[in-house]
Amino acid sequence: MRIQERIIEGLLWLSAAITILVTAGIIWVLLSESLTFFSEVSIIDFLTDKQWTPLFADKHFGILPLVAGTMLTTAIAIAVALPIGLTIAIYLNTYAPAGFRATIKPMLEILASIPTVVYGFFALTVVTPFLQSFIPNLAGFNSLSAGMVMGIMIIPMISSLSEDAISAVPKSLREGAYGMGATKFQTAFGVLVPAASSGILVSIILAISRAVGETMLVAIAAGQQPRLTANPLVPIETITTYIVQVSLGDVPHGSLEYRTIFAAGITLFIFTFALNNISFWIRKKYQEKYD
Amino acid sequence: MSKKNQKLEARNLNAYYGSFHALKDINIAMEEKAVTAFIGPSGCGKSTFLRTLNRMNDYIDGFRVEGDILLDGRDIYTKDVRVDELRKQVGMVFQKPNPFPKTVFENVVYGLKIQGIKDKKTLNEIAETSLRKTALWEEVKDKLDKSALALSGGQQQRLCIARALAISPSVILMDEPTSALDPISTAKIEELLYELKEDYTIVIVTHNMQQAGRVSDQTAFFYMGELIEFAKTKTMFTSPKHERTQNYITGRFG
Repeated sequence: MRIQERIIEGLLWLSAAITILVTAGIIWVLLSESLTFFSEVSIIDFLTDKQWTPLFADKHFGILPLVAGTMLTTAIAIAVALPIGLTIAIYLNTYAPAGFRATIKPMLEILASIPTVVYGFFALTVVTPFLQSFIPNLAGFNSLSAGMVMGIMIIPMISSLSEDAISAVPKSLREGAYGMGATKFQTAFGVLVPAASSGILVSIILAISRAVGETMLVAIAAGQQPRLTANPLVPIETITTYIVQVSLGDVPHGSLEYRTIFAAGITLFIFTFALNNISFWIRKKYQEKYD
Repeated sequence: MSKKNQKLEARNLNAYYGSFHALKDINIAMEEKAVTAFIGPSGCGKSTFLRTLNRMNDYIDGFRVEGDILLDGRDIYTKDVRVDELRKQVGMVFQKPNPFPKTVFENVVYGLKIQGIKDKKTLNEIAETSLRKTALWEEVKDKLDKSALALSGGQQQRLCIARALAISPSVILMDEPTSALDPISTAKIEELLYELKEDYTIVIVTHNMQQAGRVSDQTAFFYMGELIEFAKTKTMFTSPKHERTQNYITGRFG
């Protein structure tokens, strides 16, 4: 009996330890490879150079074009997902009959279960041609279409987490507003959304973090041309796409070109790590305390 | 006491939560500018009835009413009545203080702001008047821009009353407004009721017999969804007609 307990305890400990070890391993590889990279390329060039051409003869190692590409697709995605997601959350919470809410919420989550490669495909072969019919100078690969489809992809994240946050606002506040003669609309926007703002903010940050790290969709639909631009109509390249491009390409292992993906990877990691920590911090610090 | 107008009246009122028959054939008329208390054991329907008076139960799935509720002689359950307009006339104070997570000032003027009143002077004046009426002005005048959640429970409840008064309703419904408060805060609110009934029709649900006796002019005793007895408070507490009422007010059950 006692032996069995110990074995089980050991196994549980092992699985926890493996998770931590793997994470530590990943961070170690990222760090050590990037350190080698930064011993050859100055970190100042990396952060300030406006060109990213490590695979060309005239090599430049400025991460800004990739960061700009990532931020552009992310911004477009959030611009699509936030208004729609929040509207859905408020509609489901305040207006929809209970039975309708119970069916529609799981259906929305189906959106989240579609493989991202399908979304990429959809952006490239459906949304881009559609947009081209009224934006003639839209390139075949562009951040607009990729960003919009990514926005649709992350709607469930925002709507679901925001709805949870709004539902968690005590009934007494909602009744307080109704009791003052507030309409549903006034109650939702004047009382419920502000009271749930920390939860809604967390849902947005997690959605941003998801958009920043999204790979397949942008690799397929946004292009592979690192470009420092805010123009959504032209091909760009995101950090993630670059990593895919080099990983799949014929760049020799151990070369400087190869190590660029670790530098790009650690940049990405810093972004998502920071976002996740900010959301964690907000949740802890700003959650309204009701008893 | 001169004969007063009937402000609120229920005629053959029945209410249901799904198949549960919560209120059975209620007929009652509440006097204007007086305090009417609803008493009765838990689950007797008194809170449900109170919440039908400003249609607060409209949002509960499966809730429905039959019969009429008249406010100044007009049925409040007809299609042309807008609930938000109704609730501007029939204000409500809840069991647990529920100030919004906003400043004290924003709480008091909330009802005015949602009506589109923006004039700073008007808002300031009404805020001060309402806070004075609830004897809160002296306590909070230096904290108007502080969070309402920082006030004590008793202050929060008086703030909620001030918030209700600010939009000048003619009726104020109170659902056990002192049950979450300490005795001193309770006494303050009871005192307040005495002054408020000069201007407002007040309906209060209470579990506290002494409170009903102290503050109300009329008392209604509910039991199992029925209105058992409705009379002047003095009459009901000294010579109740029904045995159930007597048993309840003397504390033999409930």
